[in-house]
Amino acid sequence: MTTIPVEHYLIVAAALFCIGLAIAITKKHLIGILLGIELMLNAVNINLVAFSRHDPERIGGQLFALFVIVVAAAEVTVALAIILRVYGHFRTVDPDKVNELKK
Amino acid sequence: MEIAAFYGFSGLAIIAALFILFSRNLIYAAFALFLAFLGVAALYVLAGADFLAVTQIMVYVGGILVLLIFGIMLTQKADKEAISTTPNRVVVSMARQFWGFLIGASLFGFLSYVIVTSNFKMTGESNVSRSTLKTIGVELMTSHLLPFEIAAILLLVALVGAAYLALNRNPAS
Repeated sequence: MTTIPVEHYLIVAAALFCIGLAIAITKKHLIGILLGIELMLNAVNINLVAFSRHDPERIGGQLFALFVIVVAAAEVTVALAIILRVYGHFRTVDPDKVNELKK
Repeated sequence: MEIAAFYGFSGLAIIAALFILFSRNLIYAAFALFLAFLGVAALYVLAGADFLAVTQIMVYVGGILVLLIFGIMLTQKADKEAISTTPNRVVVSMARQFWGFLIGASLFGFLSYVIVTSNFKMTGESNVSRSTLKTIGVELMTSHLLPFEIAAILLLVALVGAAYLALNRNPAS
């Protein structure tokens, strides 16, 4: 059984992380920004799992990735609740239009 | 066979992510995110993390993605007269697009340079044929017990906080 070198996992994770960062910057929709953040969290998890292959006795990387998934789930629920409140108050989901403190 | 599966699933994940980046319709972007999550779960399986792959599919695809699609549908503009014909466009300004592509591409170049030039010396055998389920269970209940309980408290706090935040306090609207 041939094993894939760890650098390939790291390159794939770096590509997904950079695409997620570009999504979070370019989208003008609060939920679009949230999609990019989810993709970045997944890319970080790929790194942790790829390094955890070489530690089969105490798989610390996989446990860390498990806790990252838990925190991501909590973050998404709270962020969606805040987005719904912002939409109910300002009637928009464009982060550039929610600028009441600047005026 | 394993090599082909690895490149196929990583290509699926990256192409789905690029589709999210270039898509103007947020519903399509959410379904492309579904494909990207499935590709990442397949990469977990290829790295020997079977429990984590199942958790990824259950939590992300079954929970987070459904929540995101609900959020997209609840934040639609309702004042249009022809709702069914107007797609939910996401306006992307040119300056943001330029800076987003510039920062993303430069960060990818930097990271790939670091990864290619660094020389990883791996110790220990990479055992991918055994199930990680027993190890994860034992580690969670012995040496990672405190983070496990803190995660439980965090999920409870997030549940209560999200339910309170999303409560409709104005019944007239």
